[in-house]
Amino acid sequence: MLETSIFTEITLNHYLVLSAIMFSLGMAGVLLRRNLIVLLMSIELMLNAVNISFVAFSHYMGKIDGQVMVFFVMTIAAAEAAVGLALAVSIFKRFKEVNIRFFEHLKG
Amino acid sequence: MILSGLIFLPIVFAIVMAIWPQRNTTRHVALGFSILEFLLSLTLLQNFDPESAQLQMVEKTMWIERFGISYFLGIDGISLMLIMLTTFLVPIIILAAWNSIEDKRKGFFACLFVLQAAMLGSFLAMDAILFYVFWELSLVPMYFMIGIWGGARRVYATIKFFIYTMSGSVLMLLAIIFLMRLTPEVTGGSISASLIDFYKLQIPFVAGDFFTAQTLLFFAFALAFAIKVPLFPLHTWLPDAHVEAPTPGSVILAGVMLKMGTYCFVRWVIPLFPEATEHYAWIFIAVGVIGIIYGALVAMVQPDVKKLVAYSSVSHMGYIIIGLFVMNSYGVNGALYQMLNHGVSTGALFILIGMIYERTHSREISKYGGLAAALPLFTIAFIIVTLSSIAVPMTNGFVGEFLILLGSFQYSPWMAALSVTGVVLGATYMLWMVKRVFFGPAGEIVQHSLSHKEHALQDLSVREAVVLAPIIILIFWMGIFPNHFMDFSKTSVEHLIQNKMNYTLSWKGDGN
Amino acid sequence: MLNHELLIAILLLSPLLGFFINGIRFRSSNYLIAGAVATVAVGISFVSAVLLFLQLVDLSPENRRLAVSFFEWMAIDKLRVNAGFVVDQISGIMILIITGVGTLIHLFSVGYMHHDKGVTKYFAYLNLFIFNMLILVLGDSLLTMFVGWEGVGLCSYLLIGFWFSDSAKAAAGMKAFITNRIGDAAFILGMFILFFTFGTLNIHELNGLAPTLVESSWLGAVTLGTLMLFIGATGKSAQIPLYVWLPDAMAGPTPVSALIHAATMVTAGVYMIVRLNPIFIVAPNTMMVIAIIGAATAVLAATIGLTQYDIKKVLAYSTVSQLGYMFLAVGVGAFGAGMFHLMTHAFFKALMFLGSGSVIHGMHEEQDIRKMGGLKKYMPITHFTFLLGWLAIIGIPPFAGFFSKDEILWLAFSSPSGHWALWAAGALGAALTAFYMTRLMALTFWGKSRVDKKVHPHESGLTMTIPLMVLGLLSIVGGWIGIPHVIGEYLGHIPNYWEHWLEPVIKKLPTSDAIVSHQTSTEWALMGASVLIASISAITAYWMYVVRPGSSEKIKKAIRPVYEVVNNKYWVDEAYFSWIINPLIQTSKSLWYYIDVNFIDKMTFKVADMAMGGGSFLKVLQNGNMQQYAMYIGVGVVVVLSFVLMR
Repeated sequence: MLETSIFTEITLNHYLVLSAIMFSLGMAGVLLRRNLIVLLMSIELMLNAVNISFVAFSHYMGKIDGQVMVFFVMTIAAAEAAVGLALAVSIFKRFKEVNIRFFEHLKG
Repeated sequence: MILSGLIFLPIVFAIVMAIWPQRNTTRHVALGFSILEFLLSLTLLQNFDPESAQLQMVEKTMWIERFGISYFLGIDGISLMLIMLTTFLVPIIILAAWNSIEDKRKGFFACLFVLQAAMLGSFLAMDAILFYVFWELSLVPMYFMIGIWGGARRVYATIKFFIYTMSGSVLMLLAIIFLMRLTPEVTGGSISASLIDFYKLQIPFVAGDFFTAQTLLFFAFALAFAIKVPLFPLHTWLPDAHVEAPTPGSVILAGVMLKMGTYCFVRWVIPLFPEATEHYAWIFIAVGVIGIIYGALVAMVQPDVKKLVAYSSVSHMGYIIIGLFVMNSYGVNGALYQMLNHGVSTGALFILIGMIYERTHSREISKYGGLAAALPLFTIAFIIVTLSSIAVPMTNGFVGEFLILLGSFQYSPWMAALSVTGVVLGATYMLWMVKRVFFGPAGEIVQHSLSHKEHALQDLSVREAVVLAPIIILIFWMGIFPNHFMDFSKTSVEHLIQNKMNYTLSWKGDGN
Repeated sequence: MLNHELLIAILLLSPLLGFFINGIRFRSSNYLIAGAVATVAVGISFVSAVLLFLQLVDLSPENRRLAVSFFEWMAIDKLRVNAGFVVDQISGIMILIITGVGTLIHLFSVGYMHHDKGVTKYFAYLNLFIFNMLILVLGDSLLTMFVGWEGVGLCSYLLIGFWFSDSAKAAAGMKAFITNRIGDAAFILGMFILFFTFGTLNIHELNGLAPTLVESSWLGAVTLGTLMLFIGATGKSAQIPLYVWLPDAMAGPTPVSALIHAATMVTAGVYMIVRLNPIFIVAPNTMMVIAIIGAATAVLAATIGLTQYDIKKVLAYSTVSQLGYMFLAVGVGAFGAGMFHLMTHAFFKALMFLGSGSVIHGMHEEQDIRKMGGLKKYMPITHFTFLLGWLAIIGIPPFAGFFSKDEILWLAFSSPSGHWALWAAGALGAALTAFYMTRLMALTFWGKSRVDKKVHPHESGLTMTIPLMVLGLLSIVGGWIGIPHVIGEYLGHIPNYWEHWLEPVIKKLPTSDAIVSHQTSTEWALMGASVLIASISAITAYWMYVVRPGSSEKIKKAIRPVYEVVNNKYWVDEAYFSWIINPLIQTSKSLWYYIDVNFIDKMTFKVADMAMGGGSFLKVLQNGNMQQYAMYIGVGVVVVLSFVLMR
């Protein structure tokens, strides 16, 4: 019963596993990659992983709150991406460099 | 409203000082402000009823309802004279620092006023948290005063000063919070930080067991105040702070800030933890005696005048601690009086040393000699203050020291016999210093001034004479008519001694 | 007639006013104005002292007490001390001596100090001294007395170091003050003991409360209290072991030595004990200590006096020695005799100091008696008055010193607490006194002149010689008010006024009357013996220094080791220095260096270092690498989550 249901029926757990995998991939990107742009993309990935869980929860619990939350997250993600990319661009213009190791030299 | 006025007027002054547009009139305005503050404090004397041991001129409003913290000010005989001392010293300090603080004058006076407010606040606050706020606030301006206007090793001195005092206060804060958690017992359910509620607490005490509430609280408070006093062996921040501080900083440090420590022993430690006080008093008396002798001996061999006076403070504060912990009327009255005396005479010594430093830019005793011939008026003033410091009768110092010794004799003749050596040693280090600085043939500095016309030493200017005159008058006034001053505190002290085991303070309009 | 309260106020305030006037104009070098102000101020005091004394005489013997209290000084709990002053039989005499001799010395100073630039300051100090001395003697409680007690010490400090540009003189002043302070500390403890025993510091009440039973234990309250007070007295009155400051005190101007270090201040200790005689008398152990210290000081100081060449030093050691006599007297319970010697000594020693001042003045600041000699013809008045002082101090009848010293010696022998050894010590002291005083006379005034050619000795002016003459007269007649009974009877019922006057305030040792009145023949014999001893000694000295001037050198060589010991004053100063003062300074230095700097500070730095160490370990974590931070967060989340889920 159990074995079949995993493959036949799509439950909340499927979404959560997907979300966890996406989140982990994103986090690995944040922790391991050096390129600022990739870093920002990884952060997006993490945020979207969270969004998936939100939507999944919303659907399975029959409440709209989760979906509302997703809009917020998307807004924040957009703002963050805008600011982050703007910073990345201006830093690239100034130093011709997008490796975040390089930014350690900026600390006071 | 007088009390709030007293505390917040200096804060207003400080703000005005900070934004005062004209640079050259800063000090005049500051002097005017400080005199105004002093006049305001004089009205306290008029409104104060010396016959009553009650808390007077009380102001109480809720501040942070949830934690029972209130804005609670009050005055009694114990704090009155210290407040007068604070407001009296500030104008004198400003006048004494007329020329010595040259850069960032506005900032300096602003600091001074904030400091004054903080000190007055800690003398007047009857709420533990309010008190703690003022107590800590007083560190900040002092930190800047030493750190910005200080001498060569000022950074070292400020950090030492700050960390020493802070580490004590942290324990005190813990103790205050602990006490607050106990208060529902006496207030009927709600938490309170009011000192009066603290007084009502019966804190469990087991003689001989160190880890009981009262003993631990007692030591937490006592440690914080002992660092401030400072008691041997927690005194080493004081000489460094004094040596590096600018003259006004030294004066306020010796004159008032050290008194905050001893005052808080009377206000917080002794009445709050009566059993522990009685049980562990011998420790403080012994430490006081060691402080007297140790401070005097070390003062004797200091090469720097200011350091000598700083160590003499350690010695004098030892007397005050003994007077407080013997817990009889002679001792406590004497100790309260000695607080004023020490404020006046040690403050004056620092002012005098500042004056001579302005002229010669040296404080090294060995470079002096023969100053008396060059500066006769200055010498007279210095010797009068010295006499007050070594407690010659008819000066203020004698009354306090005599009463303290009398009180300690009642407690234990041996303690009195040991502390009386301070009388001899005190005379030794002060007079030896006077001899080396003022008497004898002209030393390096005097000779230099004689051979270089442009460095000729000037005797006291009119401004300096005005600075010293009130102090010298006070020295004799307090020495010959001590009752004029003691009458204000006697009733309160008597109340403390009589009810030391269940001390409390009431006030007019108090519900109970 | 003025009432006594006003008179006491005038008595006290007049010198204080003089001090203020001269103190304010201290820069002035006009010696006439300064001198006039100061002398008149003390003169007014003298007049009021006389008036007070006359009022006292009018009262009946039991009620001879004029008391006044100006204000309450201290009032805490049981301690009630007023600014109260009492004139009674004892203080009445003292104020006469202080203001009387004081006026003369002020007058003398006008001439002596006229060339000094600091003359106004000098007179201000002198007035201040008189004020404090009066407080000392008039104070109605021990604490009020202590005010004067320290006050005179202060004035002494200021006046010894008057020429402060000389380092040695400033040091002498400091030494005087600190040595006195040691005594004062003990005095304070003595006051405490008496206060907690009797509950008061008022002298009159204390005397009234004195127990009737004699206290035989060494650790009794009264014995300890009185011993402490006596230690105070050894400081002020220069007795063993605290006498070392007095010879150095000669660094001050000579009239100061006459006033403070001979006539008045140094006798304060004796006065204090006489004042409290009902208390002291119940502590026989203390009395014994006092008598022994007194006798020992009398002899020791006299031997040092033998070898000194500084005219003032000789007189200084003589003063120490004579004070020893006074303590010997009070120690054997002869309080009256002690006071009597105090008075006569004030006359003749002030006279001799002023005489030496006149000599020093006439010799242009020369103090070494080896460079004097034959001054008799240059300074006839000084010589003649000095001669009177000399006769008085060596105890030749009928000069003042004879009566007082003889009474002390007799009572040292005959009083119930007396002892023949005390008499012998006294007699030895008398012989030594006669010797060194004759030596002083001989080397200064008699024999051949050894004066430097450049120096032209001259007699001093009138302001200086008048005080000499008055004091000379007093040195003759001063003793006649206390003629002992045996002589009085012999001369035709001359009463002993002194004894009658003091009788109501002096407690007698039990059974002393019987012995005193029944041994007239012994008294005559002892009296004769002491005069004889003194005369022989004086004649020997005369022979050695005038008839055969070289003989003293031969003797000196013959007893070289003994002479060295005495000439170096038994190395007492050196011993104090190397055993007490130096170790104290060394200890202080090491306390500072080892405890303050190296122990306490190092300890706190250790604590700080520990905090620093912890910080530098944690610092590695905070390296600015954002990715690492993110990893910490991630790891943290995993740890926390797994912890929560595992439970």
